[in-house]
Amino acid sequence: MMQLFRKDRMWTPRPLKSRYDVVIIGAGVHGLATAYYLTKLGITDIAVLDKSYIGAGASARSTAILRANYITAEGIPFFRESLKLYETLSQDLDFNLMFDQMGRLDLGHTDSAVYGLRVRAEFNQMLGVDSSIIGPDEIKDLVPAINLRTGQTLPIMAALYHPPAGTIRHDAVVWAYGRGADHGGAQIHPFTEVTGFLRDGNRVTGVQTPVGPIHAGTVLSATAGWSSTIAAMLGIKIPIVTHPLQAMVTEPLKPFIDKTLSSANLHVYVYQTDRGEVVIGGGVDPYPSYSHRSTLHQMQDLAAHVLEMLPCLREVKVMRQWTGLCDMSPDYAPIMGPLDGIEGFYMTAGWGTWGFKAGPIGGKSMAEFIVTGKTPDLIKHFGLDRFRTGRLVNERAAAPAAAIH
Amino acid sequence: MAFLIPCPNCGERGVTEFRFGGEVNPRPAPSASSDEWTSYFYRRGNTSGLQTEWWYHRYGCRKWFLAKRDTTTNQVTETRWP
Ligand SMILES: Cc1cc2nc3c(=O)[nH]c(=O)nc-3n(C[C@H](O)[C@H](O)[C@H](O)COP(=O)(O)OP(=O)(O)OC[C@H]3O[C@@H](n4cnc5c(N)ncnc54)[C@H](O)[C@@H]3O)c2cc1C
Ligand SMILES: [Zn+2]
Repeated sequence: MMQLFRKDRMWTPRPLKSRYDVVIIGAGVHGLATAYYLTKLGITDIAVLDKSYIGAGASARSTAILRANYITAEGIPFFRESLKLYETLSQDLDFNLMFDQMGRLDLGHTDSAVYGLRVRAEFNQMLGVDSSIIGPDEIKDLVPAINLRTGQTLPIMAALYHPPAGTIRHDAVVWAYGRGADHGGAQIHPFTEVTGFLRDGNRVTGVQTPVGPIHAGTVLSATAGWSSTIAAMLGIKIPIVTHPLQAMVTEPLKPFIDKTLSSANLHVYVYQTDRGEVVIGGGVDPYPSYSHRSTLHQMQDLAAHVLEMLPCLREVKVMRQWTGLCDMSPDYAPIMGPLDGIEGFYMTAGWGTWGFKAGPIGGKSMAEFIVTGKTPDLIKHFGLDRFRTGRLVNERAAAPAAAIH
Repeated sequence: MAFLIPCPNCGERGVTEFRFGGEVNPRPAPSASSDEWTSYFYRRGNTSGLQTEWWYHRYGCRKWFLAKRDTTTNQVTETRWP
């Protein structure tokens, strides 16, 4: 019905061709951003295929916290550039993405956690990211509702304050990249599942779908939690394990908190949306799964943990709970580039619980990679070969206890 | 409960009593090539469907066992001692 009254469609359904210069598997933020930036680089003969609707994967389920206060020399510049692209993305894509740079506090409740936050502050400042350590008084000033837990277990000792962090409307980002890619000439094909590959020896020459083969000069997999199933079609095992991540949202409340708060010690993160709802998330489920079912256990855990931090939520009702799939890499860093020994094929994966914020720079980097055939400098440490050479990135050190997003 | 696992010793118990121990991934011989060691440390099948994996009954008999689980539904179809 809505379509009847809509003058301009977001993207135009077009008949599927039998060949494209580039076929992208997965219409989440990474697949669609790559398509958009490819059109900017002059590649327009593109199909983005998704087995479900646009943004059906983790992108539609993300709590969409954007930040750049990472811990490694490889990760910080990468996420810093993404945040920069996000800052002007509404204008660039001519779509209100409702990016709210509310700022963020990473709370430390133990000496070792505070030490970790200090290391991050130092690295962040050295690499041009606005981030510093503040004490309990300043924390209370910024977030009056917070329980500092003075004299209790896990008292809040300090926080890493990162003012440019924020949240964005995740669906809008996906749609706007889709519309931008479509306007640039790319085709978007939902409900078109890739079931196998066309190959000529070591070279991928296209994909197999239920509606027939599609030939391609280059194929990119941007399938996040499903990356291992794509790699398996090529007979390859990759360093990814798929874990469900759950989040939930409360009934709307009057505005009472305007920072995103995260506590690795309490396994929880929380912020209030413009609609007043309180979004609550934590760590991944402790076993891998491709199931999207949420659990009562995780809801209870999240509720218990958020109350340790914001006791004022005691009587508040939970409205919704949901689950998405996360492609966890061993070092919590992305895996971007070709797979060993296969030509004409790239993968962008390892986005785990943290990849929404990387959409713009991930897409831009992969587009550059595909066009030039050369690894862009910004992502040269994120190749799959690092697991062979032992040069892991160790973003994991930033979040020893879950709560990374 | 998210799902139940039939411990070979204690019978069906909730998953929160157990600890996941990874998909079955045999350790290579000490003389194995570095590529085999890379596989052992990092490469995973991460199967969507039936997968054989290690589980530990942490809050029960504290024994390790093998389970066959459909990762798309979390249904455990078979458990046995290693
Ligand atoms: C609950 C939750 C909260 C999160 N919070 C944050 C956060 O606050 N900040 C942050 O930065 N990140 C967050 N993340 C992570 C982030 O959402 C993801 O890393 C990101 O959205 C991944 O985007 P993507 O485009 O790579 O993959 P996805 O959005 O998962 O898209 C992959 C697509 O591939 C399609 N696909 C799979 N297999 C096939 C096939 N065979 N053929 C065709 N199509 C296929 C799927 O249908 C899917 O649409 C969160 C994730 C979850 C689940
Ligand atoms: Zn038992």
